[in-house]
Amino acid sequence: MELFTNQVLSGIATGAIYACIALAVVMIYEAIDHLNFAQGEMAMFSTFIAWQCMQWGVPYWGAFVISVALSFVAGVAIERVLFRPLGHASILVHIAGFIALFAIINSVAGLIWDFTIKPFPTPFGATPLFGGVISSHQAGMIVVTLALLGLLYLFFRFTRIGLAMRAAATTPDSARLVGVNVGWMIALGWGLAAAIGAIAGIMIAPVIFLEPNMMGGVLLYGFVGAVLGGLSSPAGAVAGGFMVGVLENLTGTYIPGVGNELKLPIALAMIVAVLVLKPNGLFGRTQVQRV
Amino acid sequence: MSTAHDTTRDPAMPPAPRAAQKTSAGSSVDLRLIGGLAALLALLIVPIFLRNFVVFQLTIILAYAIAILSLNILTGASGQVSLGHSAFFAAGAYAAGILMEHGGVPYGLAIPLAGVICFVFGFLFGLPALRLKGVYLALATFALAIAAPPLLKLGTFEHWTGGVQGLLLTKPDPAFGLPISQDRYLYYLTLAIALLIYWLSVNLLNSRTGRAFMAIRDNEIAASSMGVDLALYKTLAFGISAGITGIAGALGALAVAFVAPDAYTFNFAIALFLGMVIGGVGWLPGSLAGAAFIVLVPNMAESVSKGLSGAVFGVFIIAMIFLLPNGARQLVDLTYNQIRKLIR
Repeated sequence: MELFTNQVLSGIATGAIYACIALAVVMIYEAIDHLNFAQGEMAMFSTFIAWQCMQWGVPYWGAFVISVALSFVAGVAIERVLFRPLGHASILVHIAGFIALFAIINSVAGLIWDFTIKPFPTPFGATPLFGGVISSHQAGMIVVTLALLGLLYLFFRFTRIGLAMRAAATTPDSARLVGVNVGWMIALGWGLAAAIGAIAGIMIAPVIFLEPNMMGGVLLYGFVGAVLGGLSSPAGAVAGGFMVGVLENLTGTYIPGVGNELKLPIALAMIVAVLVLKPNGLFGRTQVQRV
Repeated sequence: MSTAHDTTRDPAMPPAPRAAQKTSAGSSVDLRLIGGLAALLALLIVPIFLRNFVVFQLTIILAYAIAILSLNILTGASGQVSLGHSAFFAAGAYAAGILMEHGGVPYGLAIPLAGVICFVFGFLFGLPALRLKGVYLALATFALAIAAPPLLKLGTFEHWTGGVQGLLLTKPDPAFGLPISQDRYLYYLTLAIALLIYWLSVNLLNSRTGRAFMAIRDNEIAASSMGVDLALYKTLAFGISAGITGIAGALGALAVAFVAPDAYTFNFAIALFLGMVIGGVGWLPGSLAGAAFIVLVPNMAESVSKGLSGAVFGVFIIAMIFLLPNGARQLVDLTYNQIRKLIR
């Protein structure tokens, strides 16, 4: 039983990473209706900006704010420059655009900061909690993720602009009729997603270390968490992220012969099984189509 | 491919591949025929004058083109997205490799058998995929792509798959004692199979089955109320697409004379997807252009700048989708229209 509790706790700790990314994925999905493959690379770049600021002597929280603000601006800029002109091109073309963005960001970051692994500081310290299963940084990360989720909930529920963004995403035509500037709401969604990605990157970096390819595996788990929880629900995405972390750990512990290599495929297979039973994710809205 | 294309309403899918449409203007049809024949002639003759290594690269492009064509059937015709075709490609490569090296099956038989095996795989995978759509289907196929390399490395199958080491294949000697090099022989073999598959695919899309695929793509509910068996045709599309990809995988493995698990990662699935978009979704001849893009442009980017090769590649993709959002098809259409103006 103790083994089980320990595995679940450490699963929750890694799950917090996936939950952060899943939240960013869902944010942008709500705004643009696509999965952004370059999300992880954008977050990686933001983390590097924070790291660079700290190298220049800016204190931790200062670097944090600078990075999040710059990421917001960059997210809006990417939407305006790259994806707005594509407009109503097919989804498949947009995905090709994401792949291109991925390649560009990854290669530019590699050129500026090279591919050596860099340590990243944490404001929460690294003291072990609960008998060493979870570090204080990981606990801090979970708190930040949940706080972020709470803030987003308030933002989307009670502010004018949050409501307008939701309207623009769900029914663009009606939103336009009541005076919502749909184009800018989409750009704002990109900015918000980039900012959340920056926070996620800065939270994750102390655990997985900083380097241009740091997000590869994490983004996959983030996607999986988001889809499992349901792409239309931010809270679902966070729950999905935690579930993926726990599931991954438990399969590694209890199914014999599962090495590190097979953990991801088995977790994915379970998730596909869940999706076959609930095609819109665990907490997603069922989409009704009019013929 | 069919007049059913004209009523495409889904903005996610591009309009009809005009190349094979029966247009009333006779001269344009002739032009297209001439263009196609010229391309075919080039494919037949040019390799005679090239070095063996370049011929080998062309063979790889052809094998990728076959795989992209199969994606075009799945995504372009039946509207199902797959990010997992690298797994079917790997299955075909390994099936052919194991049959030839462990089973002693001649390559002429191993290639179609690889296709059959992958057809069964694809059909079976299509069954659970039936309930999924859009990103959820993309995720399921993505799981397949992620699972393939670790499964191939598993110790239990090591005797057959060679584990991490992979499997060496013997390159076939030219049939009938033809006096050409192995690379050239493989090129012409791949070309012949590619043309056969192209011809079969065009006919498939023009048939009752092809129309059923397109009806499903345009509106599932309407299609099912018209009597299209959704479950059958969606899994059939998956099976056919996987089968063709399997043949492509077998041909690719023969050309390289080696199969290894890490050649078939998720990145490869992404590359195939990219090739389909660049070639023009739903336009079968575009598969060749797309395959050439994913093989040659990364090399070109590398030669432009070593450190920034990824960025150069990305800029190329962005330039392509901005200038030609419908892929190579658009370029071909533009050229035809220009030539037609000149002739008039």
